[in-house]
Formats: sequence, C-alpha cells, structure tokens
Amino acid sequence: MGEPRWLIAPAWLWMVTFFVAPLGFMVAFSLGVNEGFFTVKFGLHADQFQRLWDPLYLNIYKDTLVLASIGTVGCLLIGYPFAYFLATRTSKYRTLLFFLVIVPFWTSLLIRTYSWVLILNEQGPLSSFMQTVGLIDAPLDILYTKGAVLIGVIYDYLPLMVFPLYVAIERMDRSLIEASRDLGCSRWQTFRRVTLPLTFPGIMTGCLLTFIPMMGEYVVPTILGGAKTFLVGSLVSNEILTAIDWPFGAAVSMGLIAVMLVLIIVYLRVLGRRAEEGLGSVL
Amino acid sequence: MSASAERVTATRALELGGDRAVTRALRAHGALVYVFLYLPILVVVIYAFNEARLVQVWQGFSLKWFGEAWRDPTLRRGLWISTYTATATALLATVLGTAAALGLRNVGRRTRTAFDGFMYMALITPELVAAIASLMAFVTVGLPLGPLAIVITHSIFNVAVVTLILRARLAGMDRSLEEAARDLGATRWATFVQVTLPQLLPAVAAGALLAFTFSFDDVVLSTFVSGPGSTPLPVEIFSALRFGLSPKINVVAVTTLTITVTFIVVAQVLLRRAERRSAATLAAEVTDA
Repeated sequence: MGEPRWLIAPAWLWMVTFFVAPLGFMVAFSLGVNEGFFTVKFGLHADQFQRLWDPLYLNIYKDTLVLASIGTVGCLLIGYPFAYFLATRTSKYRTLLFFLVIVPFWTSLLIRTYSWVLILNEQGPLSSFMQTVGLIDAPLDILYTKGAVLIGVIYDYLPLMVFPLYVAIERMDRSLIEASRDLGCSRWQTFRRVTLPLTFPGIMTGCLLTFIPMMGEYVVPTILGGAKTFLVGSLVSNEILTAIDWPFGAAVSMGLIAVMLVLIIVYLRVLGRRAEEGLGSVL
Repeated sequence: MSASAERVTATRALELGGDRAVTRALRAHGALVYVFLYLPILVVVIYAFNEARLVQVWQGFSLKWFGEAWRDPTLRRGLWISTYTATATALLATVLGTAAALGLRNVGRRTRTAFDGFMYMALITPELVAAIASLMAFVTVGLPLGPLAIVITHSIFNVAVVTLILRARLAGMDRSLEEAARDLGATRWATFVQVTLPQLLPAVAAGALLAFTFSFDDVVLSTFVSGPGSTPLPVEIFSALRFGLSPKINVVAVTTLTITVTFIVVAQVLLRRAERRSAATLAAEVTDA
C-alpha cells in the first residue's frame, strides 16, 4: 500500500525511450530522401508521401482495407454468437470453455498460420475430403490466394474479437431481456433493441482489436497469400528488407499509423465514457 | 417467486426467450468454433509424425523427423537464442511491469489515465510498425542488431501486458490486510514483503510466463532486429517456409507448441488460483507466521 509513486518511472522511461522515440525516428525517415544505398538525406521533404499518392500504392492500401474489413466482419459474425454461447454457460463450464479460447490465442501465430498450408494444399486433408464427398471434382485450389489469407487472419484474430464480446455479454443486465420479452417484443426485436445496444462497446472494441492488426499483417499474407497477394505489410517489408528504401518504407508505415489513429479517434468519439469499460475488458 | 427460480427465469431469458432451436443452434455453432480453433493445431501435431519426406502426403507413423530436426545445428542454435532472449525479456518486463503496477496504485487519476493510454497504444500498434521503427532507431544510433535489440523490442509489448495483468490482480486484492499490517507497526518494506508480495506472486509468475511465451513465439519483431548469426527459432522457420515445406518444420512446430502451451496453462492456472485464494486463508497464514 505504501509503494512510492516513482515506481512507475522506470517503465515510463523505458517505453518513451524504446517505443515512442523509435516512432519519432520513423517519422524522420519518412520525411527524408533516399540518396543511394543506406544513405538518407534528412529534412522536411514530402517526396515519399507524394510517391505514395499513386494509384499503384493506393490500390495496395485499398486491397488491404477490403481484406481487413471482410476479416473483421467475419470475426464478428463468427465471434458474436460464440461469445453469447460462452457467456450463457453455467459458471462451472464457462471457465474451462473460455480458457480453451485463450490457449490457441497465446500460442505461436506463425505455427497456427502454417498449419493452414497443411490443411488447404491441393493434396491436403480438406481437398481429399471435399473430393470424396463430391463437393468439388478437382483438387482444392485455395492456398496462395486471398481466400486463404482471409481464412488465416480470421483464424488468428478470432479470439481478440471474442474476449471483449464475452465480457460485454456477461456483464449485461439479464433482466432487461426478460422485461423486453414480457412487454411483447419478439426475439429478434429484443436482440436488436436490447442486447445489441447493451453489448455495443464490446462489438466496437472487438472490431478495433481485430481490424488494426489485420491492416498491418505481414506473416499471414507471406505464408498463405503467395505472389499474387500483395498487402501493405508486404510492401513495408519489401521496402525495408529488399529494396532498402527506408524513407519510403517509413512513409508506407505512417499510412498504417494514420489508419490506426483515425480508428482510435472514431472509437473514443462513438463510445465516449464507455470506451474505458470496453478497453479495460480485454486483459 | 424464490430467488433461485428468478435466476432460472433470467438465464432462460438470456438464452433468447428460452427458445430451444436458438439454444441448439448456438451450441452447434460453439462446437464448430472449437473445431475451427483446434483442428489446425491437431493437424500440425499429426503431421510431425508423418514418415514422408513430402510434407503434403501421409505415408505412415514415424519418429524419424524428430531425430533429424533435433540434430539440425541451425535449429538448435535458433532454439538456444530464442530461449535466452525470451528469458531476458520476461525478466525485464516482469520487473518493470510489476513496479509500474505497484506505483500506479498511488498516483492520481490523470497520471493513471495517461499511463493507461500509453500501455494500450503499445498493445495496439501493429507489430510491423514497431519493428521497423525500432530498426530505424537502432541503426541510426548505432545499437547493434542482435540479442540485445531483440530483447528491447520484445519488452515493449510485454511491459504493457505484465503491467495490466498485475494491475487487475492488485485491484482485486483486499487492501485491509496491508492496512492492518501497517497499523500493527510493520514498516512499509515489511508490509510489502510479508503481505503484498505473497498475494501478488502468482500473478507475477503468470505475467513472466506469458511474456516468455510471447517473446519465444515472436516472428515479426525478430525478423527486423535480429542481426546475422542471432536468428531466433521462429525466424528460422519463417524463412524456411518461404523456400518450401520440410518435415522438420512440423517437428519444430510441435516442440514449440509443447513448450508454450505448458507455460500458458501454468500461467492461467496461477492466475485463477490467485483470484480464488481468499483473503481469509491469507489472514490465517499471517496470524500463523
């Protein structure tokens, strides 16, 4: 109880030095100009952003936004009924069932993504199963397409959607549903006018937490996307690791930060005071 | 109407008006989601025991790839680097995060909100952005890429995780025990060591285990800041995957899964126990001591 306040200082300093300051370096790079191999002229140049404002690159952003949107909606459609199922179990099973969602989330994203290569490939178990059943008559051709990337991101980030939804549904005042039904609302009306508004902070939080990492995803498109899928994450890593054009790579990442900031502002605006409740539910 | 009857009605109401079809549909959907969550993990485990050199084809049960993978010097090296960087990250994040969580109990609302905002930003920022920002900073100031750089970048996310876990635990703790200890004349330090710390320890251990797991599994941050000769295991797998599949990858995947799942399960059990351990039992211990 009597712990001194300065105990927060080391963590604070650490985060400022190794999280905030590097972001400052990235901003500096994005305002610089590449002058050959590993030489960057710093200054206040808008060159990188002008270059970014080109249909070629804007289309990559558009493709990524579309993928992240579909992925987020997919997570919500799968995650909402699932979170509802979880939250309405008796407390004995609830703990165990919730625990079973946490475990895969904390295990290696790389391995979980890689396993889809084993499942989705032409000679894989899914392909043979679907051919045997007669759903398809040629080997399954989905690996190394956008479809596979979509499956991958939904699989990887579903738990991040489920956690806040679960908390929101569990906290909901259950008697309100009963009241709504007693007053003559249909099941659908009750869901739309009572359950949905009450769990709205959970929905918003879940969407924020899945959309942002999907926008900057780099591992999933590399493993499941093949050469045809080129997303913002692939562009950034390409500029940094292969093209060695750091100023441009930094500018592309600034685009990701811009998307993130816009979403956070929208989130805080829409939820207002309920934002803290939404975010606080995640851990 | 009795209280229990009331609760039954309320539960039924929550199950969308007690409608059986809906309840069944929710249950079936729930089962399918669990299949979706665990099938890929199961598939990797099964394929690690596949005899075939060609990963995609099942040829029969065999343990031979385990031997091959565990003898591979590149993979062994990767495992060693991952293990010690993850251990260092976990220690660092646990010390910084625990201290911060304790200090946060006594700061004003405004400082706390600012600090929280900071932590949430660290959690939410795409790893890729953090990775290249760190790379640019390290190269500019001349900090060499390699184990140290890996530990530093991994620690950012983990300091936030540990802080939040411990804060949640501290918020659920009964402060009256600490007050009692102080009233009975214990010094600040004695109160901390004998009352606060024992209650906090399971959560500290859980935070450390989770930080280790995250660091051990990370691929994005390490891809950018590990220098030549210090490639952690996940980065080795990631680059191997780009050149094609190999049965050894399945073995590495299963080995990694076994380590991390064990850690996660232990961490979660510790957290649950800490929550359940009532103030009453602790009070008894204090009296005994």
